[in-house]
Amino acid sequence: MAQAAPLPPGATTVGSRRRSSSRAADSSFRWGTLVIAFGLIALLGLLLWVLLAGGWESITKFGFSFVTGRDWNPVTQAFGALPFIFGTIVTSVIAIVLAVPVSVGLALLLNEVESGWLRNPMAVFVDLLAAIPSVIYGLWALFILVPIFDKYVEPFLAHTIGHVPVIGALFQIPGGGKVVTGGNLFVAGVVLAIMVIPIVTAVTREVIAIVPHDLREAAKGLGATRYETIRMAVLPYARSGIVGATMLGLGRALGETIAVALVVGNGLGIGASLFRAGYTIPAVIANEFREATLGVHRAALLELALILVVISLIMAALSRLLVGRTAALVGSGPASAIEAGEAAGIVYGANVGLGPEEDSP
Amino acid sequence: MIAVERSVPPRTLSTRRRVKDRAFTVGLWVAGVLALIPLFAIVGYTLVRGLSALNVAFFTQTPTVPGLPGGGIKQSFIGTAIIVGMAILFAVPLGILTAIYLSEYGNTRLAGAVRFVAEILLSTPSIVAGAFIWALVVVRMGSFSAVAGAIALTVLMWPIIARATEEVLRLVSTELREGALALGVPRWKMILRIVVPTAGAGIFTAVMLAVARGLGETAPILLTALGNDFVNTNPLQPTDAVPLRIYNYAQSAIISLNSLAWGGALILLLVVLSLSITARVLSDRQQRRTR
Repeated sequence: MAQAAPLPPGATTVGSRRRSSSRAADSSFRWGTLVIAFGLIALLGLLLWVLLAGGWESITKFGFSFVTGRDWNPVTQAFGALPFIFGTIVTSVIAIVLAVPVSVGLALLLNEVESGWLRNPMAVFVDLLAAIPSVIYGLWALFILVPIFDKYVEPFLAHTIGHVPVIGALFQIPGGGKVVTGGNLFVAGVVLAIMVIPIVTAVTREVIAIVPHDLREAAKGLGATRYETIRMAVLPYARSGIVGATMLGLGRALGETIAVALVVGNGLGIGASLFRAGYTIPAVIANEFREATLGVHRAALLELALILVVISLIMAALSRLLVGRTAALVGSGPASAIEAGEAAGIVYGANVGLGPEEDSP
Repeated sequence: MIAVERSVPPRTLSTRRRVKDRAFTVGLWVAGVLALIPLFAIVGYTLVRGLSALNVAFFTQTPTVPGLPGGGIKQSFIGTAIIVGMAILFAVPLGILTAIYLSEYGNTRLAGAVRFVAEILLSTPSIVAGAFIWALVVVRMGSFSAVAGAIALTVLMWPIIARATEEVLRLVSTELREGALALGVPRWKMILRIVVPTAGAGIFTAVMLAVARGLGETAPILLTALGNDFVNTNPLQPTDAVPLRIYNYAQSAIISLNSLAWGGALILLLVVLSLSITARVLSDRQQRRTR
């Protein structure tokens, strides 16, 4: 940092006066930007405080039974959020189970296999997937995906995997084998999977790109096939970073509102079947804030928002830690650990990565 | 598939290893195709269904009485312009000044904290921003409004602009800064007259990305601006927005309204995707230049 040299006391030449006035301008500019930057921290503090204060009535009134109660009825003032927590977890887990293999496969394809003309367009297309607004995902899912799933996919799964012991229960159609139209937990999970693929792919690519090239060359030099190279040289180093990418995807899936609200079915039931109408935390906030004129109802919704922000905060921190660990493991130093974490943040927030596209040479 | 042959050394591999390698490569390609099908399906369906909904009335009229055909969503376009316009006014100065602090004075512990908080805010679900501003502004003012919508979007756009702008400010060469300082230019002037203009295109890109995000957000606007069937230009009154209208009409049982939703989705998709693609092209070009 270039700091102006201290002036001798009592110096009054024209030059020094000009310098001191410019130093005053300098320091006020610096302080101005500092105050604005600090504003961002204040904003997060205010957000947490507003949600905490707004939800306080519900927190003190229901205590822990808020998250264990199964009855949610604003008319009788019963507020048990378990159905929403259940739905949020189930849809997010479906999303992650479906999205992670596809994303890791795609990331490996783009970084390790395809080096021809298809690579860049594919990378761009995946990023564009992240740019599509969630309401358009919801619209498409509601009118295109849900009918296809109701008619073909769910009956098919029920007749095949549905007969397998233990996990079959997940794929049985509730209520006597007739598909109830209008969305369910499974479709919502599939839509979420599509929405988180770009994020998980982008972060996984960053992580794979920082695995040192020597390791791959060494494996290839020993005669390893591509599969063996990836399995033995790349994945062990990238593992914690990929888990971090998964966390980031999970955080995104947990908080997604509009697309889920359109296809999840808005049902309060809890059960084994994935083909049951469910409900999620963000969806109930979006659907009920209008009627939440009663103090307790409003407080209950704000407590749900608080739960959501705390979970996503934990996910973001965990993800950063894990992605950073990969960077530390491969020994490319703290600098690139931070870069990988930052890339995660930027991709996550800004939809399209600003990070460099051309990675591994 | 030529690549497959190249990577496998001939004649030294057992069949089992070779088959495994082939199967793995095929699996990766399947993952790639699976990931890209939805993009084409979504863009394709939106084009087909959206185009049939577009006509002059779509842009120039407000909704008809439910059930009657025709009508448009003029009020949504105007509302989106007002809400996102105000959000740009709020978020761009805040974001750029934050970025200046982070990149020019950012070796402090506070800067590290600001960066961390920006990342936390980036990963905060957008509905949380909506609930926050709903409790803070809407409930207190007693009315849903375009201003509340713009503030909710600002919560989302500020950290995006700050982090992305910081990255591009850092790309400005040290020589340029030192040269200016050596000529006796005060630091603040050096930043505003030399660093910021040099990074201008990059900052513009950052703002475009943030705007693309703001345009498509539904949940925060729903909780703050609520929506409106009529044109409203008073920033203190409930205001419509394109994503809101799509959300509402998607849930409607009336087919003509579903069709209007597809029309809105097509326009929104075209605008958001072209902003994202342009931003991407600009930032790629810039990176090539600074390298």
